[in-house]
Amino acid sequence: MNFFLQPLTLLTFFPLLGVLVLLFIPSDRKNILRWVALGTSLIVFALSLWVLRQFTASDVNLQLVAQYNWITVAGWNIQYYLGIDGLSILLVLLTGFLTPISLLSTWTAVEDRVKDFMIFFLLLEVGMMGVFLAQDLFLFYIFWEFTLVPMYFLIGIWGGPRRIYAAVKFFLYTMAGSILMLLAILYLGIYGQTFSVPDLIAQHNIPSNVQFWLFLAFTAAFAIKVPMWPLHSWLPDAHVEAPTAGSIILAGVLLKMGTYGFLRFNLPLFPEAAVKAAPWIALFATIGIIYGAAVSYAQKDVKKLVAYSSVSHLGFVMLGLFAMNPEGIAGAILQMINHGLSTGALFLLVGMIYEQTHTRELKVYGGLWKITPLFGTIMLIVSLSSMGLPGLNGFVGEFTILLGAFGSKAINNNVYAIVSALGVIMAAVYILYMFQKMFLGPQGEIVDEVKKHGHGIRDLNLREIITVLPLLVFIFWIGLYPKPFFDLMAPAVQNLVNMLPLP
Amino acid sequence: MSLTALDYKVLTPYILLTVWACVLLLVDLLIPKDRKGITALLAALGLALTLGLTLTQIGSEGNGFMNMVVLDGFSTFINALLLISGLLGVALAYGYIKRMNIERGEYYVLLLFSVTGMMLMAQAADLIVVFIALELLSIPLYVLAAFNRPRSESEEAGLKYFLLGAFATGFVVYGTALVFGATGATNLSAIVAAASVGTSNLLLTIGAALILVGFGFKIAAVPFHMWTPDVYQGAPSAVTAFMASGAKIAGFAALLRVFATAFPTLAADMTDVLWALAALTMILGNVIAISQTNIKRMLAYSSIAHAGYILMAFVPYGNLEVRDVSIAAGLFYLVSYVFTNFGAWGVVIALEKSEGKGLEISDYAGLGRKHPALAAAMTVFMLSLIGLPPTLGLVGKVYLFRAVIDGGFYGLAIIGVLTSLVSAYYYLRVVVTMYMRDGEPVTERETWLTITTAATAIITVVVSLVPQFLFAWAGDAVLKLF
Repeated sequence: MNFFLQPLTLLTFFPLLGVLVLLFIPSDRKNILRWVALGTSLIVFALSLWVLRQFTASDVNLQLVAQYNWITVAGWNIQYYLGIDGLSILLVLLTGFLTPISLLSTWTAVEDRVKDFMIFFLLLEVGMMGVFLAQDLFLFYIFWEFTLVPMYFLIGIWGGPRRIYAAVKFFLYTMAGSILMLLAILYLGIYGQTFSVPDLIAQHNIPSNVQFWLFLAFTAAFAIKVPMWPLHSWLPDAHVEAPTAGSIILAGVLLKMGTYGFLRFNLPLFPEAAVKAAPWIALFATIGIIYGAAVSYAQKDVKKLVAYSSVSHLGFVMLGLFAMNPEGIAGAILQMINHGLSTGALFLLVGMIYEQTHTRELKVYGGLWKITPLFGTIMLIVSLSSMGLPGLNGFVGEFTILLGAFGSKAINNNVYAIVSALGVIMAAVYILYMFQKMFLGPQGEIVDEVKKHGHGIRDLNLREIITVLPLLVFIFWIGLYPKPFFDLMAPAVQNLVNMLPLP
Repeated sequence: MSLTALDYKVLTPYILLTVWACVLLLVDLLIPKDRKGITALLAALGLALTLGLTLTQIGSEGNGFMNMVVLDGFSTFINALLLISGLLGVALAYGYIKRMNIERGEYYVLLLFSVTGMMLMAQAADLIVVFIALELLSIPLYVLAAFNRPRSESEEAGLKYFLLGAFATGFVVYGTALVFGATGATNLSAIVAAASVGTSNLLLTIGAALILVGFGFKIAAVPFHMWTPDVYQGAPSAVTAFMASGAKIAGFAALLRVFATAFPTLAADMTDVLWALAALTMILGNVIAISQTNIKRMLAYSSIAHAGYILMAFVPYGNLEVRDVSIAAGLFYLVSYVFTNFGAWGVVIALEKSEGKGLEISDYAGLGRKHPALAAAMTVFMLSLIGLPPTLGLVGKVYLFRAVIDGGFYGLAIIGVLTSLVSAYYYLRVVVTMYMRDGEPVTERETWLTITTAATAIITVVVSLVPQFLFAWAGDAVLKLF
């Protein structure tokens, strides 16, 4: 029993309990199914807050560790090893926070096969929590690959018209990277006689030519997941076809698994290789920032626009990580959270309007603010947060990252920071372009189109307000007073930077 | 030249099953035509008893019959797996052959004889015994492949399997003759003794290569795989399921024992050959599987591909430091393959109609909605064949790749993972069809079929999370060398 009552074990596997309950509810009792799933995810969020209460930010070691020998026969040394530290606590909280919000967004959007949907969603949550908590490479890999399966179903069954194509593309792309990582993991396991990440870091004896190859294999997995330019082409398809809840989780959490992977594994496990690779990663990140922003502006589909903006935003995260100084990395972690909140909110809002209009073509929209003032205001706040307006969360993250990138010893070239700063301006262009097309100007044809079929476009209802409100709270909170968030991670970040052999 | 009790002890499970099968052949005459289920039950009972007897042999070693057969951890492991395959084969056939109107008592008896051949193969320590065992396992399979007799596909499958099988056996015999010419022995330990001092290496190498070709046919390795899709498709599905597991296990067992025991001196040459065989088999099997629309053909190519994965475990057979790890990896992979394979064929059987209907992948459309449990089981099997968590397939592949990396064959490991990626495409297509396309699939509900499918699915998931005992068992199941 002791095993299951560990805080982190409970946090990771609690959704399974919800799955078990769901299995026994008849599939036509849709509301009960929804409530059970939502209730489960809320308990998981409460558990993540409970974990936060027990967490001590000043301690740079792993905390609340659950460590057991798992497979230790026939020359294997695999552990069941969960732990949390300043690098992962915010992402764990984000996962716990976004899951109930995503589930709320499906209340009326998902009518078909509700039971299956909820089961896959809770399974996905198990995988995501596990990815952020696992401290054994093998265990991590299992969670990492496992997240593929439910997400594949979420896109493939409840997605848009080209859902099968998008689901398979998502699956194959992500798997392509991770199987190379698997080989690297096995190599590390044989080389170090253990799969435990802290032990492997402590050994610190991988020759640098080997580090290079291992770094490359891990990078393959994470860069596809992030996604870094030029490996991003699965993302727009997956985002556009995924149901709203899937998009929120995909943008909010799944992409962070990639950046988190760099942070947790690539930097401390292969420090020499990482330092050498930093200028290259910075180059690709900068291209991603500019490319994502430019392509965003060219989109005619709102969801695609938001999807490409992710490529740009995550470029910032990568730039911050490989600046390899406390500002850069702390900014990157915060920006992961910010992106989860802002882009999650954007997808949520786009999903809400899509539910009424069934179209995401920018050109049919226009003048919505007059009809739906509340919706328009919230959309404006979220858009401004996404483009990095001072006072809102996006600014804090991007500013800190750029601060780190300037004068970064690892990147050693200020051009990247300067060019990336242009990306902030470009973000303003495409975000405001989207906002203007949808909410300002003459009334779009969609307004009459919807009216023909019924009541016309309505403003947000209570459930929708409740869904989006928590996101707004954090958008303001991080924007105005980010200190508590930085405090949570600062010691761990400093500790990580100390490990890196900077030039 | 007198036989002692120890001689018989080495072969007790084999003897028990052989006697049981002979007696069952007679008993079957007394069982009325419409109650052949009793024969199935008796056959299963025989297999179960033999399995129990085999399990008591864990940890014991010995050789008998003038060193012609051997008992060691390896053979016990393989025998147990073969007997489980036999049991699953009986369970799948029970309702199936009734439904297809081919229910005859000989079916189960032939299956038992084939299992005895396979078990002998795992214990053979002499090339002559290998040959006898090969015939003993193959001939019943030829008959079984043609069991759906009036149907021309089944007859074609039987004949094709027979002709190519005979051809393959010819290679083994010819190879044996050359090895005998080079070393003056057919006994594995005598061969290695002669080879280490002998000079006529070329003859020995050619002999070993010919034996490899013969086994290559049996395990369906590329380029000796041509018969597989036709035979797997034409044979009754229950037979195919058994053939795909049993014959492969036995082939691998013999291949490993013969090469590791008798030809370690040839490892330098053979490693490259095995490397190429494994790579080719993985690549070709997976690539051709992509274009299949018939589920039986797809699974046939998938089984070719998996032969390639298992072959990876053989590549470092001459490297003493990693040999035991790779043998354990191969054994574990066989276990994962057996359960996944039988499960997948169980689902195929559940959807198959007479006259070969219900076998297109498109016939699976809508299964996720109509029969969620069956579709979930099939999803588990497909994920396991790809090698994704939480299934045995992943653990098996990880074990294999570890052995290959341990041996330093990084290129082969990379080919292995990349072909796994290719395989994801066609396995996923089944999942896509089941869950993301609409249709009205009709399935058969048979008690034993349901139990088999459910049990294999549960084993595939649960054992992947707690594989310790299997790891330990496979790790201990090393070859007894002389």
